[in-house]
Amino acid sequence: MKIIVAIKQVPQRDSSLRPAASGLWVDEANLGYEINEPDAYALEEALQLREKHGGEVIVVCAGPERAQQSIREALAKGADRGIHVETDAVLDTLQTATMLADALRDETADLILTGLQSDDLGYGQTGVVLAELLDFPSSTIIMQVEIDVDTLRVRRELEDGWFQNIEMPLPAVLTIQSGLNKLRYATLMGIKKAKSKEIRVVQPAAPAASTAVIEKVYAPQKSKQAQIFTGDAKTAATQLVEKLKFEARVL
Amino acid sequence: MSVLVVLEAGHRMAGEALTAGRQFAAALGVPLTAATIPADLTYTADGFTAAYEAHARATNPALVVFAHTYQTRDWAPKLATRFRKVLISDVIAARVDSGSPVFVRQLFQGKLNSDVRATGDGPHFVSVQAGAFPPVEAEAPETISLTPAVEPRQNPEKPFRESTRAVDLTAAPVIVSVGRGIKDEGNIPVVQKLADALGAELAASRPICDAGWLPMERQVGSSGQTVTPKLYLAVGISGAIQHLVGMKGSKTIVAINQDPNAPIFEVADYGIVGDLFEVVPALVEAVQRAKS
Ligand SMILES: Cc1cc2nc3c(=O)[nH]c(=O)nc-3n(C[C@H](O)[C@H](O)[C@H](O)COP(=O)(O)OP(=O)(O)OC[C@H]3O[C@@H](n4cnc5c(N)ncnc54)[C@H](O)[C@@H]3O)c2cc1C
Ligand SMILES: Nc1ncnc2c1ncn2[C@@H]1O[C@H](COP(=O)(O)O)[C@@H](O)[C@H]1O
Repeated sequence: MKIIVAIKQVPQRDSSLRPAASGLWVDEANLGYEINEPDAYALEEALQLREKHGGEVIVVCAGPERAQQSIREALAKGADRGIHVETDAVLDTLQTATMLADALRDETADLILTGLQSDDLGYGQTGVVLAELLDFPSSTIIMQVEIDVDTLRVRRELEDGWFQNIEMPLPAVLTIQSGLNKLRYATLMGIKKAKSKEIRVVQPAAPAASTAVIEKVYAPQKSKQAQIFTGDAKTAATQLVEKLKFEARVL
Repeated sequence: MSVLVVLEAGHRMAGEALTAGRQFAAALGVPLTAATIPADLTYTADGFTAAYEAHARATNPALVVFAHTYQTRDWAPKLATRFRKVLISDVIAARVDSGSPVFVRQLFQGKLNSDVRATGDGPHFVSVQAGAFPPVEAEAPETISLTPAVEPRQNPEKPFRESTRAVDLTAAPVIVSVGRGIKDEGNIPVVQKLADALGAELAASRPICDAGWLPMERQVGSSGQTVTPKLYLAVGISGAIQHLVGMKGSKTIVAINQDPNAPIFEVADYGIVGDLFEVVPALVEAVQRAKS
């Protein structure tokens, strides 16, 4: 079983985000980074599948030099090796998936896992595009993965609490939903071992021009004015309860 | 040239896709068309992609419009890729500027917005966010029925629902909902006390249920329950769209969050900007005083 996990490095949750001076992305000065949340679940699923079926887990990340920190983190959790597609640009999903497909074509993967959505761009499609470029079948928003020789049975989350099981042949691409497993932490031993694991650095071909160009990044305009209570907690709480009782009449 | 709206059979957002399509067609000055695959034909990503690819190649629309549903997420990116285009997904607004469409999409779960220009020749592909283009009363365009065209690689079984829910949040008049701001499982009693004081049900955002701090059946949002209580208190919840769709119909919404720019304040009627670990205990006292 050769399983590839696509991980994206994204700004840490609760980062304070400001548009960059260029207006084309966010100001990256002083930002910390982490592995995109559903990608961490995808990695965990890959590690559990390897424990069951044997084989190899390879993580791939397209990003600038700092992306190697996230690859190392995945290696420390137990991935066998990494592929770093080195690029400084903010790419669209077709550009990213093209670079990932080029880097993965010779790996002859059995299964490729991605997260269902990135925290920063939030397009929710890179995995499906990658599948299309590699001509693999795909399924999305996956909550359970079972493998029987060369067939895959997955549980897809539908809306309003519905689910559906789907079978398809390997190799395939799945986009993983958060919460399908319990994340592990890297052990000290894992961190130590990660230092000697291989990270292959790939220089991608220049991407084709984007057909979805980000022209401007900006703070959303506030449309609805909530009544906000500030000041010390006690005063704010008292004011809120007054409003709920006498204005909204919900207490 | 036209705007083609893809209508997902039986989906509540079909009307929203039509509203968006109508708006985009007017802005581009082209006719509006629609297509659907009837609900009795089994959905697969491969089957739907092939059917719509053939239709789009034959009709060459300027723009193909989808509602941003789970089904759309599963196959529309494949279709766009066949035309070497990005599916400009989850858009909340659009305009035509110097002849080409510009779409507004959220970044970072609604903390920032971006303007995205669709450049080059069509067809372009766009999906619209729930609630961004409310359905209107208007004549429906001619709708073409398509049939899945290829032998799909996916073999889907019948959809099912997990066993019946033990808690029915939809019946609760007051809900206290907790998000990742609570930081740790051991802190859940902080919000439970508020729920008790208000006689409310306790609910949560997805990460809380993912972590197992509260059972899945207490999750509110697109993959949880949709609730419309008379009072919904969101405690330490940022207000990502997948959460908002499950609670924004509530009569009165209160948000407690330390980040004054959290998107949750956009749907709130009242808000307290502050540390929930100070605000919530103070609120428990204030509620107890008001009720006694
Ligand atoms: C297909 C799909 C389906 C999804 N379905 C759902 C769903 O059904 N329901 C759902 O909720 N999500 C769903 N999500 C996830 C959703 O996108 C968000 O990731 C999630 O809602 C975020 O949860 P949160 O607000 O609790 O966490 P965060 O976004 O991390 O927000 C935490 C908030 O707490 C605040 N905070 C931190 N500390 C404090 C403090 N001490 N005092 C006060 N405030 C504090 C922060 O300012 C922040 O705003 C789905 C996502 C996808 C892609
Ligand atoms: N630069 C990248 N490197 C590796 N994987 C990526 C990258 N961008 C996106 N992905 C994967 O694609 C998923 C969906 O991203 P998106 O389409 O941007 O929402 C993410 O969860 C990742 O698994």
